[in-house]
Amino acid sequence: MCLAVPGRVLDIEERDGTRMATVDFGGVVKEVCLEYLPDLQVGEYAIVHVGFALQRLDEESARQTLELFAELGLLQEEFGDPWETAAEAAGSEPVEEVGNK
Amino acid sequence: MKYIDEFQDPELARRLLDDIHATVTRPWALMEVCGGQTHSIIRHGIDQLLPEKVELIHGPGCPVCVTPLEVIDKALEIASRPEVIFCSFGDMLRVPGTGRDLFQVRGEGGDVRVVYSPLDALRIAQQNPDREVVFFGIGFETTAPPNAMTVHQARKLGIPNFSMLVSHVRVPPAIEAIMSSPSCRVQGFLAAGHVCSVMGMGEYPELAERFRVPIVVTGFEPLDILEGVRRTVQQLERGEHTVDNAYARAVRAEGNPAARAMLEDVFEVTDRAWRGIGVIPQSGWRLAPKYRAYDAEHRFSVEGIRTQEPAECRSGEVLQGLLKPHECEAFGTLCTPRTPLGATMVSSEGACAAYYLYRRLDMPATKAQEATPVV
Ligand code: SF4
Repeated sequence: MCLAVPGRVLDIEERDGTRMATVDFGGVVKEVCLEYLPDLQVGEYAIVHVGFALQRLDEESARQTLELFAELGLLQEEFGDPWETAAEAAGSEPVEEVGNK
Repeated sequence: MKYIDEFQDPELARRLLDDIHATVTRPWALMEVCGGQTHSIIRHGIDQLLPEKVELIHGPGCPVCVTPLEVIDKALEIASRPEVIFCSFGDMLRVPGTGRDLFQVRGEGGDVRVVYSPLDALRIAQQNPDREVVFFGIGFETTAPPNAMTVHQARKLGIPNFSMLVSHVRVPPAIEAIMSSPSCRVQGFLAAGHVCSVMGMGEYPELAERFRVPIVVTGFEPLDILEGVRRTVQQLERGEHTVDNAYARAVRAEGNPAARAMLEDVFEVTDRAWRGIGVIPQSGWRLAPKYRAYDAEHRFSVEGIRTQEPAECRSGEVLQGLLKPHECEAFGTLCTPRTPLGATMVSSEGACAAYYLYRRLDMPATKAQEATPVV
């Protein structure tokens, strides 16, 4: 969750007085707030964290980082179904047995 | 050289490694602060490719891992209320509180929802005016600005049924606490790239000077980490201790000024407890007085909840670099991702999880057998 993921701006629009963009993260498309990077343009790459663009990035680095994150399973983590992941991690063991009592 | 062929640019990786090997004359212990870096290091076996004299110590840089048990218990209490829609990032679902987690709260009928962005939670509040929507605001300096903006928007748009359970943490005071500990072995820091892309590097020169420790801002890719290590080791060998930026393509000295301004408006610095470590002075943020109305702790009167952390989990030592995950008695036996005792085993960025995922084969055979889940 702490990791920010690079993405490419597909388009930009004003919504509720807020500058928002549609951003492509290697196939997954999300709404992203541009208030912290207001001069970001369509076609540019930025580091995006929990729906906010935080810093510009060049295309080559963005592509490499995306590949690494995909390989580490972090994209799945960020954009996959968290309930499924949690259920899988919890396995079939009775919940009472989870430690930390 | 076990994994080097998997590097983006194996040739460059080899050159960086050769350079590091040629530079090192004495043992050095470096701490990578960020959990994402820890995963990258373990996954690519970087710690095993480095000269034996260079030790990488894993730092406290996983927000899920350091969120205190007490705060998790407050979250569970709030999420259990019938009028509440509790919104959280997905990686908090299985972090154990006292006896249960958010995943179980939903199983018991709580309305727990996972959002991608804090703004999604605000939208849910707009769509459900008859419910109370609470967002679980945890994280370091990278997550705090989005959360700050969300509270700011809630006030601007006058959304009364939105509040935030805030438990934000700041990296520099943690570095200070680690360096001030008498048992500290850290001689150089690889600072977390994304934190610095927001905050810039202004907080580090004073720390580098006071503790005579090089601080090198470092990215996450294997090559970035090798470059960060190379520059840190070079400084150490020369007896220098300055702040250096090895991640210039994403980090500017001033960080992101708009984000920093919003942080200053919405939050104020406060003492904050870190799970397994205890209170670190000035190491967190809470809502500033003018945003108190959006503070879920006040709104749901959970300030009084106090919890003791269990003794068997040694994640506090892991987070401070005093213990490697597999040196914990419970690792891989009592404690697995399926039955986690501590958050460092749950979180995707946790050091215990990284070792469990990528280093299980290095465990003694009997332990590894016990650790294999029975299907
Ligand atoms: S292995 Fe489990 S019990 Fe041991 S420190 Fe890590 S999370 Fe805690």
